[in-house]
Amino acid sequence: MLAIVIPICLALCSLAVLLTFIRLLIGPHQPDRILALDTININAIALIVLFGLWLDSNLFFEAALLIALMGFITTVVLAKFMTRGDIIE
Amino acid sequence: MKRLFPYPLLSLALTLLWLLLANSLSLGNLLMGGLLGWAIPRVCRGLWFTDVRPRHPLLLAKLLLRVTGDMLWANVQVAALVLGPVRRLNPVFVEVPVDIRQEMGLTLLMSIITLTPGTVSAELSEDGRRVLVHTLDEDDPDALIESIKTRYEKPLMEIFPCSPS
Amino acid sequence: MNPWLEGLICLLLLVGSLFTLIGSIGLLRLPDFFMRLHGPTKATTLGVGSTVIGSMLYFTTQHEGLSLHEFLIPLFLFITAPVSAQMLCKSAMQQRLGFIERTRGKPWKP
Repeated sequence: MLAIVIPICLALCSLAVLLTFIRLLIGPHQPDRILALDTININAIALIVLFGLWLDSNLFFEAALLIALMGFITTVVLAKFMTRGDIIE
Repeated sequence: MKRLFPYPLLSLALTLLWLLLANSLSLGNLLMGGLLGWAIPRVCRGLWFTDVRPRHPLLLAKLLLRVTGDMLWANVQVAALVLGPVRRLNPVFVEVPVDIRQEMGLTLLMSIITLTPGTVSAELSEDGRRVLVHTLDEDDPDALIESIKTRYEKPLMEIFPCSPS
Repeated sequence: MNPWLEGLICLLLLVGSLFTLIGSIGLLRLPDFFMRLHGPTKATTLGVGSTVIGSMLYFTTQHEGLSLHEFLIPLFLFITAPVSAQMLCKSAMQQRLGFIERTRGKPWKP
């Protein structure tokens, strides 16, 4: 059963990334784009976890955790830069 | 003991974090985790401003359970709202007065607001007495304020009482 | 593998992916920025949480030994999602982004 369900889940998550990408392209403002990037990060985590299940490998956990860390830092830095025009004041 | 571990909760959390990262309970990892739990709080001692000591662990567990339940229910609700007709949504900016003064409690309150039913905490006022909350669909803002105050703020105020300083 | 367990894992994975998708649909569909913020911060965190719990169950039962380290991912997300949501909200308010007319109340002046 898992052999059928995991590809379905991968397809759903990929579709989610695609929809988010449309939002990233159409904007219309900078915060919308940053929010879309943040969402793509979170979707990517779900995709990587699912891919690890598909390959039956525990090694993808570190990648997912790193993307979570980097995604958070990226979002905060971009938002801060947009608000203040500077990152470290 | 007090001098060895100035922040016992932080040390415990760091050790647990290390064990989770290593994903094993071997003796070596226990020692390494213990070492990190001892060293990091000592090195960072100058950086900490307040020592957070939550009271009433049972109440904290109850609050965590309640937030988890609300979060699950909220997700179903928000999913229904998102998939339903967009024209019927009534977004509101609500100003919620907060009485909690303890920093950790305030942070937790704002995080909980963001994680639960259709609400995002948008900003905290300069004096820390009001929180601006944006809701996706709410007909009665006063009921929302009431539920935030009784469901989350009251237990948080008991768990994190104001420090005497 | 036990069919009940396999069914449970499948259910968790499907629920997780569905919520991830719904979060993205919300991001695409809702009319203004402040409303769009609601989709990802909630649906996606639960989506990832549910997927990760499914994965945790799978690795714990299929390989020897408890596998709890995946739990760090949703833990981290639950701590960080409110922070990034609030930072984005702040910058949106500072840029005076518009919102749909029937919104009651108004954001504070930056």
